[in-house]
Amino acid sequence: MNDEPSAPDLLRAVERFLERDAVAGLDGVARFHARVAANVVAMVAREIETEAEHARREWEGLAALLGEEGALPETPALRREALARRNEALCERIRAGEADTGAMRGALLAHLRGTVADKLEVSFPPRERDAGKTGRA
Amino acid sequence: MDLSPEQMAARLGAFVAREAGLETQQVAIEGLRRLAGGSSREIWAFEACLSPREGERRLDLVLRRDPPGRDEGGRDLEFRVVSAAHEAGIPVPRPHYCCTDPEVLGTSFYLMDRVDGEALPRRLLRDDRYERTRRALVPQLAGILVQIHRIDPDQPELAGLPGGDARPGASPARDEIERVAEGIRVMAAEPHPVLELAVRWLRERVPERSRRTLVHGDYRVGNVLFDEDGVRSVLDWELAKVGDPVEDLGWLCTKAWRFGSPHAVGGVGSREELLSAYAYAGGDEVDPEHLRFWEAVGSYKVALVFIQQSWVYRTGRVRSLELASLGRRIAEAEDALLELMEESP
Repeated sequence: MNDEPSAPDLLRAVERFLERDAVAGLDGVARFHARVAANVVAMVAREIETEAEHARREWEGLAALLGEEGALPETPALRREALARRNEALCERIRAGEADTGAMRGALLAHLRGTVADKLEVSFPPRERDAGKTGRA
Repeated sequence: MDLSPEQMAARLGAFVAREAGLETQQVAIEGLRRLAGGSSREIWAFEACLSPREGERRLDLVLRRDPPGRDEGGRDLEFRVVSAAHEAGIPVPRPHYCCTDPEVLGTSFYLMDRVDGEALPRRLLRDDRYERTRRALVPQLAGILVQIHRIDPDQPELAGLPGGDARPGASPARDEIERVAEGIRVMAAEPHPVLELAVRWLRERVPERSRRTLVHGDYRVGNVLFDEDGVRSVLDWELAKVGDPVEDLGWLCTKAWRFGSPHAVGGVGSREELLSAYAYAGGDEVDPEHLRFWEAVGSYKVALVFIQQSWVYRTGRVRSLELASLGRRIAEAEDALLELMEESP
């Protein structure tokens, strides 16, 4: 086990440095990129904190839609692979027209609403949406 | 061709003199500088001082060109479109001269008046000084679109516009959807169920009949210059084509151009306001479903843009931090598409 500060805390220290010091000391394109960098490290911090929970929710949603059993792998990299496989299976069902109408459509829209909301929580949390930040690329 | 600013100024001087029917020494180019913006095009500003035997005049000019080595040869057509818009009384920077001879600057370019004005949508949405502009914006943008859509796309001056081929059975909307779908298929790193669902939803809703007009092709708040009184100038005509006029209205409503504001039209107004202003200005009555279709095509295209930018980074073509971060914005386009599909399942 690594010592404190945790990885997200370290990333937030980098974010603070970029936002307060780097942005103030730079101009033009470099200043813009410092803002983008601050947003990127904050995004990574949020991903570290939420990845396991988001993956579990998406996995359970996919299991219900596809009627597939099986445990979600333990490591983030394997989780990504497993989720991508199930999402590809879901895409095949959609391409086959199985979600064009009926109960499957409603269930699918609800599932996708949840996974997109989770992705946005990482990439674009509500508190930033209207903050007027100019560093969002 | 790698020119120093001095060489570039000298060549521009000779070009302007030739176009204006003057001797080379009667034209002086001053203050040549590159402006920020124009991601895929270079923009330069300078003053041209014309000194014929009688009278002297100064032109405050902007030059627009493809970056050296990436001449896409479309500047001549873009110049003709801007000229047609100018003649129709649409607020555009007055176009002066176009040069397609690569011997002059390496790539084709054209010259137009420099127009002062603000271009940043975030300032438009948030600064107090633009309060009046915000209220006037939707009717102004709608009125300008009506004027654009009245320009005859078949006039000889506009020959070569994409979509100009009016074969029976042709559907620019269907072609656009399939072009985006193919781009996503080739470049996406992972499966996107929302986009799979969206493309089926879109194919079902391709308008059976639509008018065929000149289409600006990139009509959004980020592509107009404004001041405290309203719209000064419509810019970025490089994607102009012949197609369904509702495409411009839908693109104007696309969520990516709202910058966090809840208002659908560029962050300042509602779809209902836009459609009634468009009809009031003399445009067609537009079915809200038809508008929703093109708004969804807009977000589908935005998804491809983010996928493509992330692909450019991932494949090592351009190692830019900005490109790297854009892949995560695909979710915003998916969110917009879900919203539209939920409204009309």
